[in-house]
Amino acid sequence: MMSEVRFHGRGGQGVVTTSKILANAFARTGQYGASFPMFGFERRGAPVTAFGRFSDKPVREKTQIYNPNILVVLDPSQKKAANVFAGLLPGGMMLLNDKKNTDDVRHENLRKLAVVDANGIAMEEIGLPIPNTVVVGAFAKMSGLLDIAPVVEALADYFSGKKLAANEICAQRGFEQVQMIDL
Amino acid sequence: MNTTTTPSRIKVITGNAAAAIAAKLARPDVVAAYPITPQTEVIEQISTFHASGEMDCELITVEGENSAMNAVMAASLAGGRVFTASSSWGLVFMYDAVLAVAGARAPVVMVNVNRETPGIIAVSSGQQDMISTRDAGWIFLIAEDCQEVLDLVLQSYRLAEDYDIQLPVMVHYDGFFLSYLSEGVDIPEQETVDRFLSVLKDQPRRTVLTPGQKLGVGSHGILGGYMELRHKHVTAMERSKAKFEEIDKEFASIFGRSYGGQVEEYRCDDADIVLLGSGSMCGTIKSVIDDQREKGVRIGLVKMRMYRPFPHQALVAALKGKKAVGVVDRSLAFGFDGGPIYTELKAFETRLDGAQLVSFIDGIANTDITKTNVEKMIQMTRDLADGKDVPEVTWVSYPDANTKGGK
Repeated sequence: MMSEVRFHGRGGQGVVTTSKILANAFARTGQYGASFPMFGFERRGAPVTAFGRFSDKPVREKTQIYNPNILVVLDPSQKKAANVFAGLLPGGMMLLNDKKNTDDVRHENLRKLAVVDANGIAMEEIGLPIPNTVVVGAFAKMSGLLDIAPVVEALADYFSGKKLAANEICAQRGFEQVQMIDL
Repeated sequence: MNTTTTPSRIKVITGNAAAAIAAKLARPDVVAAYPITPQTEVIEQISTFHASGEMDCELITVEGENSAMNAVMAASLAGGRVFTASSSWGLVFMYDAVLAVAGARAPVVMVNVNRETPGIIAVSSGQQDMISTRDAGWIFLIAEDCQEVLDLVLQSYRLAEDYDIQLPVMVHYDGFFLSYLSEGVDIPEQETVDRFLSVLKDQPRRTVLTPGQKLGVGSHGILGGYMELRHKHVTAMERSKAKFEEIDKEFASIFGRSYGGQVEEYRCDDADIVLLGSGSMCGTIKSVIDDQREKGVRIGLVKMRMYRPFPHQALVAALKGKKAVGVVDRSLAFGFDGGPIYTELKAFETRLDGAQLVSFIDGIANTDITKTNVEKMIQMTRDLADGKDVPEVTWVSYPDANTKGGK
């Protein structure tokens, strides 16, 4: 069974790293993960889309994802954008970084909405509005595909020292504080 | 895959990181490079290895790609093992030195992260930079995934520095689709790589610069002399085909991974029709083939791993007797209707025992070679095999090219 996940955000939010950490965490459980971003000139603030495939079998596809079953939206301003929902499969899930548990995000194929104030938690723990490590923890909880342990372990490949410790707390809090609504 | 016979570990890394780690494992004496999207991460990683002392090489951070290639050429001719990396505009900017390296038979190893070429400004994937430099006299290899990037860089040193070859090798992999793809890569231990490369020490020493002794490089060749050097170059290129196969077999015995040499044949044995592709598209094509095989379609893939020298004997052996072959090009051959690889294969059509050829152009400028596109190509190739009327060339993601009949 392969999950196809599309990540939406902006340069500087750690969209690419979000997808990488999750691919890394899946590999740690003996499963397979592959992720890649799509953008042009690299710069902060520009929209960034990344793709993640997570499976119990090796992932060979090297294409973008047009029919995701999971959406991860790091940039709240894109939460209602048509291109975010494009191709979402029936029974889809969405993880949204937003201040409060909004009830205004709906789509005919969306069955589960998970909201976490990743910017707020990141500000408290690392002092920067970079939501990615909160989001990876929340992803584990929402998807049910991963335990939090491999996600936290994966962080060590991207951070070290005090930053690592703070980001580990971010992931833990994301896992614990994400709120889920069945639609 | 992953039936490793030696200690190893899986890390989730990008294609760029795989290239940098492979370079580190090969223990080059000199690395000279300049950053360019989507290759920059290769140089970032090597700089990090160098700064931390993990990589004991001379790292020359040059002011441009032309200097990078000249620096590694000089270091290589002086007897050093070298590495560099570039892409697109960078490759173009070092072009005269790329040619000089080949003429000097300097065993330079580099990676080129495939991207569209200058002309229409685009930071996007495509093999046009590879096509633009195809007849520079280098050996060109193409990787499908991050593991193959790492493995091909290691194999390239064996090929380039082999006493019977002594030619530069460029490993190509798709920008974005592979350069930034993160996936599990089995990173071999240093001792294993050292063992794999150690045979290079046992061969006769190539001519290198020795202090106090005269050495001429970049010599002028007139008439006969020129032709002799060129002919030697051409025959060394031809020898590299069999050598690459040998290296692949030996690599398999040490690392547990085999790729099939010049071409990989995927589910081709009983296939009526075949797609011929290269690079990252091959992973997607394989997954579509698996789906279609379940529906009873007898389809296979021939993956081109070596592009220069053109592996026509291996291609003919793999494609001979098939009903139809769809050739997928991620680049253009101006003046020809079909793509560059299609056009080159066409020269061997009479040896294919009746296999019909059709050209597909797709994946230019980051256009995604989707599963749907692959399904279309397979359908058209099947139609051709069934005797239906199929256009010789199709721009899969740009229907206007097919209806306006630009010929």
